[in-house]
Amino acid sequence: MNIEELEQIADSVRGANASFDHEVNVCMGTGCLSQHSDRLKDALAKAADASGKKVLVRRTGCMGLCAAGPLVLVDREHVLYQHSRAEYSERIVAGLGGEPVAGLQCNLREHFDEQVHIVLENSGRIDPEKIDDYIARDGYKALLTAITEMKPDDVVRQITESGLRGRGGGGYPTGLKWSTVAKAVGDQKYVICNGDEGDPGAFMDRSVMESDPHRVIEGMAIAGFAVSASKGFVYVRAEYPLAVSRLSTCIRDARRRGLLGSGIGGTTFNFDVEIRLGAGAFVCGEETALIASIEGKRGTPRPRPPYPAVSGLFDKPTLINNVETFANIAPILRKGARWFASIGSERSKGTKVFALTGKINNTGLVEVPMGIKLRHIIEVIGGGVPDGHTLKAVQTGGPSGGCIPADMLDIGVSYDALIGVGSMMGSGGMIVMDDTSCMVNVARFFIEFCMTESCGKCIPCRAGTAQMYTLLTRICDGSATMDDLALLEDLCATVKEGSLCGLGQTAPNPVLSTLKYFRDEYIEHIVHKRCPAGVCSMQVPAEVMA
Amino acid sequence: MPAFTPPPLPSDDKRWKIVNGTMRKNGFARHALIETLHTVQSSFGYLDDDSIRFVAQSLRVPLSQAYGVVTFYHYFSLKPPGRHTLTICAGTACYIKGSDKLIASAEKKLGVAQGQTTRDGNISLMVARCVGACGRAPVALADGELQGQVAGEQIMDQLERWAVE
Repeated sequence: MNIEELEQIADSVRGANASFDHEVNVCMGTGCLSQHSDRLKDALAKAADASGKKVLVRRTGCMGLCAAGPLVLVDREHVLYQHSRAEYSERIVAGLGGEPVAGLQCNLREHFDEQVHIVLENSGRIDPEKIDDYIARDGYKALLTAITEMKPDDVVRQITESGLRGRGGGGYPTGLKWSTVAKAVGDQKYVICNGDEGDPGAFMDRSVMESDPHRVIEGMAIAGFAVSASKGFVYVRAEYPLAVSRLSTCIRDARRRGLLGSGIGGTTFNFDVEIRLGAGAFVCGEETALIASIEGKRGTPRPRPPYPAVSGLFDKPTLINNVETFANIAPILRKGARWFASIGSERSKGTKVFALTGKINNTGLVEVPMGIKLRHIIEVIGGGVPDGHTLKAVQTGGPSGGCIPADMLDIGVSYDALIGVGSMMGSGGMIVMDDTSCMVNVARFFIEFCMTESCGKCIPCRAGTAQMYTLLTRICDGSATMDDLALLEDLCATVKEGSLCGLGQTAPNPVLSTLKYFRDEYIEHIVHKRCPAGVCSMQVPAEVMA
Repeated sequence: MPAFTPPPLPSDDKRWKIVNGTMRKNGFARHALIETLHTVQSSFGYLDDDSIRFVAQSLRVPLSQAYGVVTFYHYFSLKPPGRHTLTICAGTACYIKGSDKLIASAEKKLGVAQGQTTRDGNISLMVARCVGACGRAPVALADGELQGQVAGEQIMDQLERWAVE
């Protein structure tokens, strides 16, 4: 396969699409599929046949707005139907080329108009399992251009100049990581894609792997070329069966087309990808634990250095990036580092995909430029808090992050600004909480998570999170004293300072940030034995309360 | 060193051939341990002592290490699942939307704690860390089929349907 052949495929797909008068995309991401969008797609195809119109009914990945699913997009006319059902198929088909069906249209213009799609540019537009659909949208062009016209150094330089930072949460400069692996000595190197999306409340990576898997594979192959690796692994959660099956199909198709395997594009570059299944361990999102897991061992982290870039999988130099990071690679090479660097804020470039969930009207997946005001995401794109409730906090960064209070919504969303307010970017979970959420209970929820997910290797994390959980439980049931609160704060420092890996070091964050901004709620529980949000049931006998 | 002969298949159950296939595909390498355990669990529904012993011997992994891996990862189960499995998601988005109440009511209805199976072996009640369908929270899986925005009554109805089957 060379670039000319790629163009031919793209032209033939575009030609085939143009032979239809209408293109109707049906979202078959996990959210819409759970509402039987597969049946809806079949019904639309049948209705189209019966009508005699020339309609292409296409299965696509996630369109983002899960709250309004199942979604149907009439592509060329930009008409979006929400809560679609198989029964509406005839009416939808009848409306093609004329007036859209009244009452079914989704009119959340601001929700879509305010987003910038790079990672999600194909999501909801192509059939994720059709490699030709991907090629028709300039897929694999960046890979073939890189391996035929560029040197590995040039690729690394492009990524460095783009300012891309790791999207898994830490925000480490991607170009710097690539150049370290490129410089590492070794005849065998590996590329790993971290798809172990363990943050409960986040589904960006799942959606990218399900909606546009070839983009991830292409990013990995380009990385392989840049750092001289010939083998890649995608580590995916076993809880994501659809992502696993779509990735398997796409890897097979890329091999058949000669876009993976040996001698890619007629060059001497070899690269192949294998899938490895996770088995339900949050700690495996940490890179050294993930490597141990691919090696078939318990996922326990080890001290760094040596960093995986020098000694990683099977003790060989290894590049590990997150799904979303790899999804940014092809567009950067296609459109240039300068284009990418022109989007976003000063030290956080490009866009970020967030899973917007919780007490918010437009739940779903959004992609926004870095630096955008948090308020804008919540109030305009997210449509605000439902049922007349008031916003209390926005949680980002999952169990490693923190709660940002409502009066700080005017911060710009970037790696540094989020750390500045005691939270972090994390992988992209953004959970909105209203006045019915108890912040002490939320902190307890996250500490319980960290306690059960601690791998047990180091004591501050293993025993510290368990003690913190006990203390928080006592605060929640009204049996705690102010001494317990002091002990809790003390433990936060110990666990943070004394733990080996990111899980333990960041585990106290949800407690620290709620203590910082919602200390009054803690005091209310301890001193007045009262939960202001009415969530915690106090178990303290009356005489103690007196 | 004498050539290694893998142990014989534990029985003539065809599923062992599938398990063996995964190991063969990976050249009986030690790092195939987790992959192989996945195959055992998807074929047999859970991992018992015999299967762990067989996989450990075949891959020349110490039994202690194999058992350590099985118990480390939440996804692996040492107990056979019930005829039906109700999984309630307890991820953050689902928790914010009240999944703890759903779990409590299912526990009360079935008379078992999360992670357990009813005594008649009919229904297992599981809790997931996050199934990644946060946009439809709270979420439950009835025999693997995802249901979004579930209410308590829906879960009760499902459990009753299973109970009378």
